[in-house]
Amino acid sequence: MAPPVAPVARPPWAVTAAFLTFVGLLVVAPLVALVVHGVAAGPAAFAAALQRPTAVHALLLTLGLGLLTTVINGIAGLGVAWALVRWEFPGRGLLERLVELPLAVPTLVAGVLIVALYGPQGVFGPTLEGLGLQIVYARPALLLALLFITFPFGVRAVEPALRELDPAEEQAAWTLGATRAQAFRMVTLPALAPALAAGAVQIFARCVAEFGAVALVSGNVPGETLTATVYLLGEVEAGDTQAAAAVSLLLLGVALTLQPLSRRLAAAAGRP
Amino acid sequence: MSARRPPWGRLGALLGYVAVFIALPVLALGVAALRDPAAWLRALVAPEAVSAIVLTVVITLAAALIGVIAGTAGGLVLVRAPLPGRRLLDAVVDLPLALSPVMIGLAFLLLVGRGGTLRPLLDAVGLEIAFAPLGVLVGTLFVTLPFTVREVAVVLEAIGTSEEEAAATLGARPGQIFWLVTLPNLRHALLGGALLTVARSLGEFGAVLVLGGAIAGRTSTATTHIHLAIESRDMPGAIGVSVLLAAASIAVVGLLRRPGSH
Repeated sequence: MAPPVAPVARPPWAVTAAFLTFVGLLVVAPLVALVVHGVAAGPAAFAAALQRPTAVHALLLTLGLGLLTTVINGIAGLGVAWALVRWEFPGRGLLERLVELPLAVPTLVAGVLIVALYGPQGVFGPTLEGLGLQIVYARPALLLALLFITFPFGVRAVEPALRELDPAEEQAAWTLGATRAQAFRMVTLPALAPALAAGAVQIFARCVAEFGAVALVSGNVPGETLTATVYLLGEVEAGDTQAAAAVSLLLLGVALTLQPLSRRLAAAAGRP
Repeated sequence: MSARRPPWGRLGALLGYVAVFIALPVLALGVAALRDPAAWLRALVAPEAVSAIVLTVVITLAAALIGVIAGTAGGLVLVRAPLPGRRLLDAVVDLPLALSPVMIGLAFLLLVGRGGTLRPLLDAVGLEIAFAPLGVLVGTLFVTLPFTVREVAVVLEAIGTSEEEAAATLGARPGQIFWLVTLPNLRHALLGGALLTVARSLGEFGAVLVLGGAIAGRTSTATTHIHLAIESRDMPGAIGVSVLLAAASIAVVGLLRRPGSH
């Protein structure tokens, strides 16, 4: 617990009241409206809205894409963090910049990048068409967009933990007769586990919440490429706010579960 | 640091992954932009594109300014106000980071849209939010709320209050303490928060699409303009604004990373 703040440094009560009002109107009021609207029609309507085939498909697609992206970028993140911290090679500075790049590009533009590369008028568009492969406006583009956007999360979660880790512990394990693989599995990996888990939760949470990039590349094919957030937009535009609010509440529940989890894991990994 | 020679096979696989999935898409935008510059430059100066870019710039600057004021107040309240339930407020301030922007847009529509709870009140005072430029600002303020507050709070936690106490002992009035002691210490935090806010505002899409309605010439922003162009298979229209947006965003984030600015 922090020591009490000296009265002279405290903000005037009017500032406190103004900020609480600002947050109340900007964050609390709309979310309360969302919850009220979602449950107002009763549990039966709520359940029915979530059981529509397109809604179920959108939620399952989001879940599947989220898990796949988390596994791929979790492994890639660990590998790239390892390369950045432990290895000396030409182009390491460039790799460091590339890791940061997706964070600097608006996610909608990330969608444009995928279309510019694989779309009908894209760089590889004609070649892919010749092969009969469809990437954009189909599921592969959703995965490609999510992989691009969430790539930095895994690297950035693991990198500080890896820097903290003393290679001497691994070397001690080798000295005691462990193979490199055993030392990695029994010494390094457990030490990195909280950081890796924090990165994984961040990646997954982002996949569930992401809208711009997936909306751009999905092509809106119901039952095929509609993710939960794109489905949500469709229901809002169709004026079915009750169904949209029901799906929103589910996503809100996921977000409210993952956020504290991600915080706790990051704290366990030794970061604030 | 025990940097050592890498196993080249594994390094090659990692670099290949980054090249194919991160570098290649970025290069594709460059290739697309260089292929027919005249087409996207023409698309960039079309009236709809210009008004969308202007709205994005105006909203971004407004969000940064309001963010600096709200961030200063919010940081002080979170760290220094004797407030019960401060941890709850802390979590509420961070909420926008976790929520999907479409959901945020919907939540606001339920309040201020047709038949919304606050609609009679807004109509009475003549305030238009849903499908109006003000809605674009509200959506942007929601998603950028945490940035400046967090930056300020971290600095306030770190520096403590001894300077303020010293100033008070020397006879400074509360106003003087704030303007001459507290605020100068927050300079870098406010700049960092403003840059984060600018980067996020430039790229915000979901909330402004739902709440603003993407009406051409009125509430269409740079991002909703790109979305419309892609939906109507107008690649040059999308490329022009995308190049501009990506360049602006990368420049702002680059400023953030500069040593000394943080």
